Amino acid sequence: MKTKHGVSGQSRLERRWGLLLAMPAIVGFIVFTLVPMAASAVISLTDWTIGSAASFVGVDNYLQMFTRDPLFLKSLGVTTYYTLGAVPLTLIVAFAIAMLLNAKVRGLGVYRTIYYLPTLVPSVANAVLWLWIFNPDFGLLNSTLRQLGMPTSNWVFSEAAVVPSLILMSTWGFGNIMVIFLAGLQGVPRHLYEAVAIDGGGAWRQFRHVTLPMMTPVLFYNLVTSIIGTFQVFNQAYIMTQGGPNNASTFYVYYLYTTAFTKSEMGYASALAWALFVLVMVITVVLFRSSRRWVYYEMGAAR
Amino acid sequence: MTVTTTATAAPREKQTEPKTDPNYQRRRRARRVLVYAVLIAGVVPTVLPFIWLVRSALMDNNQMFIAPPEWIPHPFEWANFSGALTAQPFARYFLNTMIIEVFTVTGTLLTCSIAAFSFSRLRWRGRNVVFGILLSGLMLPQAVLLVPTFLMWDAAQAINTYYPLIVPAWFGGAGGGIFNVFLLRQFFLTIPYELDEAAYIDGASPWRVFWQVIVPLSKPALMVVGIFTFIRTWNEFLDPLIYLNDSSKFTLALGLASFQGTYNAQWGYLMAAATATILPIILLFFFAQRYLIEGVTLTGVKG
Repeated sequence: MKTKHGVSGQSRLERRWGLLLAMPAIVGFIVFTLVPMAASAVISLTDWTIGSAASFVGVDNYLQMFTRDPLFLKSLGVTTYYTLGAVPLTLIVAFAIAMLLNAKVRGLGVYRTIYYLPTLVPSVANAVLWLWIFNPDFGLLNSTLRQLGMPTSNWVFSEAAVVPSLILMSTWGFGNIMVIFLAGLQGVPRHLYEAVAIDGGGAWRQFRHVTLPMMTPVLFYNLVTSIIGTFQVFNQAYIMTQGGPNNASTFYVYYLYTTAFTKSEMGYASALAWALFVLVMVITVVLFRSSRRWVYYEMGAAR
Repeated sequence: MTVTTTATAAPREKQTEPKTDPNYQRRRRARRVLVYAVLIAGVVPTVLPFIWLVRSALMDNNQMFIAPPEWIPHPFEWANFSGALTAQPFARYFLNTMIIEVFTVTGTLLTCSIAAFSFSRLRWRGRNVVFGILLSGLMLPQAVLLVPTFLMWDAAQAINTYYPLIVPAWFGGAGGGIFNVFLLRQFFLTIPYELDEAAYIDGASPWRVFWQVIVPLSKPALMVVGIFTFIRTWNEFLDPLIYLNDSSKFTLALGLASFQGTYNAQWGYLMAAATATILPIILLFFFAQRYLIEGVTLTGVKG
């Protein structure tokens, strides 16, 4: 550290305390992130199953995934399907409601609270509740549909409907993202809208040329965190469907869990974990790359 | 530029006279009505699952399975609560969860805030690089660390104890906990550095600056991190599932899941138990709503 006054007692003090106070977080990162990552990379090259000796098998686990393990591809497909459904749907609903709430609505706080409440429901309680809502005979959904004279569904108990049902369920929790969107919308400077209005632009052009570009950083943040989240769906599969029917809801992390903790195949499970890591990294990098083209950052924000 | 725009805009304004034009007024009013209509229409599906939950938690089995469904329990079956909460030792689960909460929230608050202090207000070589590396852990799907972390705790003979659930919190929250460091750092950066300087001139150590200057000024941010950590710990399912075997050590989330496995057709009991795990979080939310919404806002907009 070179300061105007050279190396002073103060800067020595700051260096010593700085390292000391950051140490727990640094040690935590090494012990609970770096070391496990490295360990799982090594384990993924073995055929270790708990209770028997491990031997080195090279990249065989990875080959097995793509050539001899239909369940791997199935779980990847199911998870992708879920992501492609849940992420856009949740983002669109959250954005739309946030737009409406931003239109100088009376009772904003009340609406915001109501829409936020579902995100507070602990995920296990959420799964139990929705299992009852999806109940084909007496659940909320089919009862209502029957009363309206509309066709019913077997929801999570049907191979075709299970993922769409879980997507529907995930949409209930849009409140968190909505609150983030709303805060972003409230931060858009008024004078930009006025500029468009002076140019004769109506609501659509204000949305297209002010709201949307100004919201792209928030949109991007929500997109990335949502995708990382949906790739780790586990509780619904474990509690509601056990991956069924006929593996139609065998999400990736659920498959990883059963491989590791039901079948005790630690080697193969580690390979699955690394494949997930690489996949999510690739998606993130692609998103960040693409963001240069569509995410608008104000010059003033960059320091 | 300005000349041409006003020139084109002016005649248009002359033609329509937006403020007095009855057509414009009518369209405006129609749009307001539409906004409220959609918002209220959105409230129905948001609230309905909650009503379904409470109504089912208070209904006896005779009334539960009537089609079309009835909404008002008659009689109010409070016995669902006493029955469910004693059928499995939920009081014990609650106590267990609170023990974990105390240690997790304390550890996270302490280690994340000292790290955030170091990363925002003390100068030391490599600081920003280290912070960047720690922050990159946010992009890592936590599920990737599942197997190696389990093996580590297994080697430490800590399976079926609370250590795997508590210890990471004392190291910057570990894993996703770095997010708290980020959030607190953002907040600390808004505090004027002159305050630190004045204290240093009086001969204070960095620890005293942290404890007597920064912490008292950061209560709202610390509150947000504390509440988020509390909620996250309350909801945590996968880790307790992996690490806890004895049902006497179960958390509420784990207890509810196992309850669901045993009493899977007893919807009155299940909904009562689910309500009991949701209620504390909802109460906490209403108690600390202002901080929470602010916190979500802080994460998204500045992130």
